[in-house]
Amino acid sequence: MAIKSIALSTCYHCGNDCEEGHYELDDKFFCCAGCRGVYQVLSQSGLCNYYTYNDHPGANRARLDRRFEYLDEPQIVNDLIDYTDDQITVVTLYIPYIHCSSCIWLLEQLNRINPAIYHSRIDFLKKQVNIRFSNDGMNLRQLVELLFDIGYEPLISLQDIVKKQQTGQNDHLVRKIAVAGFCFGNVMLISFPEYLGLSEYEQTFRQFFGWLNIFFSLPMVFYSGTEYFVSAWNNLRNKVLSIDFPLALGIAVLFIRTVAEIGLHTGPGFADTLCGLVFFLLVGKFVQRKTYYHISFERDYRSFFPVAVQVMEEGKEKPLPLSELKVGQRIRIRHNEIIPADAILLQGEALVDFSFVTGESVPVAKTLGEVVYAGGRQTGEALELEVIKPVSQSYLTQLWNNEAFTRQQDNRMRTFNETVSKYFTIVLLVVALGSLFFWMPTDLARGLSAFTAVLIVACPCALALSTPFTMSAALSIFDRNFFYLKNTAVVEQLARINTIVLDKTGTITTGGSSNAVSKPGVLTDLEKQIVYTLCSNSSHPLSRQICQVVGEKPQLAISGYQEIPGKGISGFVEGHQVKVGSASFMHYRGEVNSGTEVHIMIDDIYCGAFIFKQRIRHGLKEIFSLKPEYKFYLLSGDQDHERAAMAEFFGDDGYMHFKKSPQEKLNFIRSLELADRKVMMIGDGLNDSGALKQSDLGVAITDDVNNFSPGSDAILDGKSLYKLPAFFRFSKDTVTIIHLSFLISLTYNLIGLSYAVTGNLSPLIAAILMPLSTATIILFTSIATHVAAKKRKLL
Amino acid sequence: MSIIYFLIGCSILLALVFLGAFFWAQRHGQHDDLYTPSVRILLDDQSSDETKK
Repeated sequence: MAIKSIALSTCYHCGNDCEEGHYELDDKFFCCAGCRGVYQVLSQSGLCNYYTYNDHPGANRARLDRRFEYLDEPQIVNDLIDYTDDQITVVTLYIPYIHCSSCIWLLEQLNRINPAIYHSRIDFLKKQVNIRFSNDGMNLRQLVELLFDIGYEPLISLQDIVKKQQTGQNDHLVRKIAVAGFCFGNVMLISFPEYLGLSEYEQTFRQFFGWLNIFFSLPMVFYSGTEYFVSAWNNLRNKVLSIDFPLALGIAVLFIRTVAEIGLHTGPGFADTLCGLVFFLLVGKFVQRKTYYHISFERDYRSFFPVAVQVMEEGKEKPLPLSELKVGQRIRIRHNEIIPADAILLQGEALVDFSFVTGESVPVAKTLGEVVYAGGRQTGEALELEVIKPVSQSYLTQLWNNEAFTRQQDNRMRTFNETVSKYFTIVLLVVALGSLFFWMPTDLARGLSAFTAVLIVACPCALALSTPFTMSAALSIFDRNFFYLKNTAVVEQLARINTIVLDKTGTITTGGSSNAVSKPGVLTDLEKQIVYTLCSNSSHPLSRQICQVVGEKPQLAISGYQEIPGKGISGFVEGHQVKVGSASFMHYRGEVNSGTEVHIMIDDIYCGAFIFKQRIRHGLKEIFSLKPEYKFYLLSGDQDHERAAMAEFFGDDGYMHFKKSPQEKLNFIRSLELADRKVMMIGDGLNDSGALKQSDLGVAITDDVNNFSPGSDAILDGKSLYKLPAFFRFSKDTVTIIHLSFLISLTYNLIGLSYAVTGNLSPLIAAILMPLSTATIILFTSIATHVAAKKRKLL
Repeated sequence: MSIIYFLIGCSILLALVFLGAFFWAQRHGQHDDLYTPSVRILLDDQSSDETKK
């Protein structure tokens, strides 16, 4: 390959390789005019500190212009902003490029670039910036353009607008924990004299402390613990026995017995146990939530569509919110824009990149009058299309609305916790009622006390905690290895998988510009120059890749340039007739290699071809080490020209399926599941989302975590693919750890029960046993997960 | 010993004040972003004459 023969250096702004001398400013080299532009803006505003906090902090700016005209539409603006009045506007924008401390520094200094900005604050983890600006000085569009100019283009999608209406559940968990912690601490303090015994003359305190305990228990039951009652009640109505039921029962019994004992002067009650229980439960819930909070998986097709589209009305373009797009309207799609609805091509040469929908990475040419499906990205000149289906019924949306997406989660595999808690509750009730009936004939009071004691001591606090703590520890270990799971249940599903289905393009092969290009035969310097001149006139992605391979050359005179969509380009360069394109375009009849080819013919002499081979993802070999244990299938939407290369991995033809539509992929997964396989689907792109959702475990593989496919249960960063076998083993370890912690918790429960059934449970024993079991479980799970991760080399 | 009643009252009152302070901080978003401020404090401002050199 004859690339990169010229002196190379790295771009001062983004760190990409660049050729020296092309874009230079202040003795610094840049890879493109965009990056140089950003540097210029920053240096003029005295913001070059940006470059001191990190090397090459910038985001690459070698992108073509986007239009932000739609941000002038008041309707769209109103949906996007947080607050506005006569003077100021507050807006929160999501900026995926935020990646280092330089970004924080620069984006918080925006007022030095434009004084109309009063204030900007970054939330680094959420990659959001909150900006307050003056309405006199600028508008939203100017703000977004400013951000774009310095390399931080905000991602504004249709979902930003829709999301507003469904603001998430706010259950004040932290506040509940704060109250629980407050009560727990005070109750422990107040109960202390009770444990050590009160002397005769201190007996007056006993009542006082008792009432204080009841007072502190009230917020525990009626504020902090309410969700357990709600959840238990809901589950009961749906005829499900979840772990919340014994928990709610335990809390209720603890409270009633505490009030009864203190009210009737028969004992000190169990206020400390009650408070500890609720506090630890809430902490467990908090830990669980915190672990996978930073990835929001709740995306749908709307997050892939732009906010607005340019509609032609009376010969003029007007931005229109996508939701108002109607059938029959003429829309204009520019370079790099996504076609939002199925439409007929009216004008312009369409070269649509459907990689996102079909997985095929080579753009497809469409002729006038043809239907272009939603989800494609135009990669050439501006197009005019007539909408034939509303957005909500387009091909893409329909795929999305497939039943696989709307289906409830309950026919998924049951988690261990769900299964066990059902039996646990039944056994618990049997033991409690058994001891009640055993004592009832002889001693009713003792029977009642035994009944409540069983419910108290067997309250599955440790059981409820073992899963969240183990899973959270496991999740954070997966997280550290760039494998992001949607929730804790996914770990258990991972442990049960025995069949792996892989998508080809983008999954096995890495997509985009990283494809390898080879060129058999040698071109002379003049020929290279001729090819470069011709190809530099075309915006086709393959032409651009050829330009890269040949290297930049001085341009020659060109005439009679022609571009035939789907075939190739031709023209006269310095009097030589040149053709670059497909085999049929040259009337070339020689042998045709596998893969995508671009042939070259100069003055009717065939000069060979550029062969575009998709590069196989690093780490693929490693995952096939799982082979005898796990079954592998290939499921691709592509043509089968790489069948031979894939056979090396998958073996038999029966395991490879090409040319599958998204619906067929979904059906294939379903057929495997009907054959009782536990299927893990690894794919990317929207075309796989149906299959991802249908599978027992859908994993989206991606090179950019912000840009993942929906419908997945997990996201795997491409560079961690080789760790997949370790992930499988570790998930199995995790499940074992959970089983063991259940055993530990049960042991504690048995010890407690042996006291409880006799009706002699003293508050002291309950107060020791409960926190002790909780602490043991938390310690055991965290240490065991850590050790397991070490063993699997994931730490 | 009745001083204990008074002392317990005081300690609970004090604890309530802390609880209230926590709620106040929570409501004003002080726990919303626990990471960025730790980076922000390390970024210092370059004085303007330094930039012009």
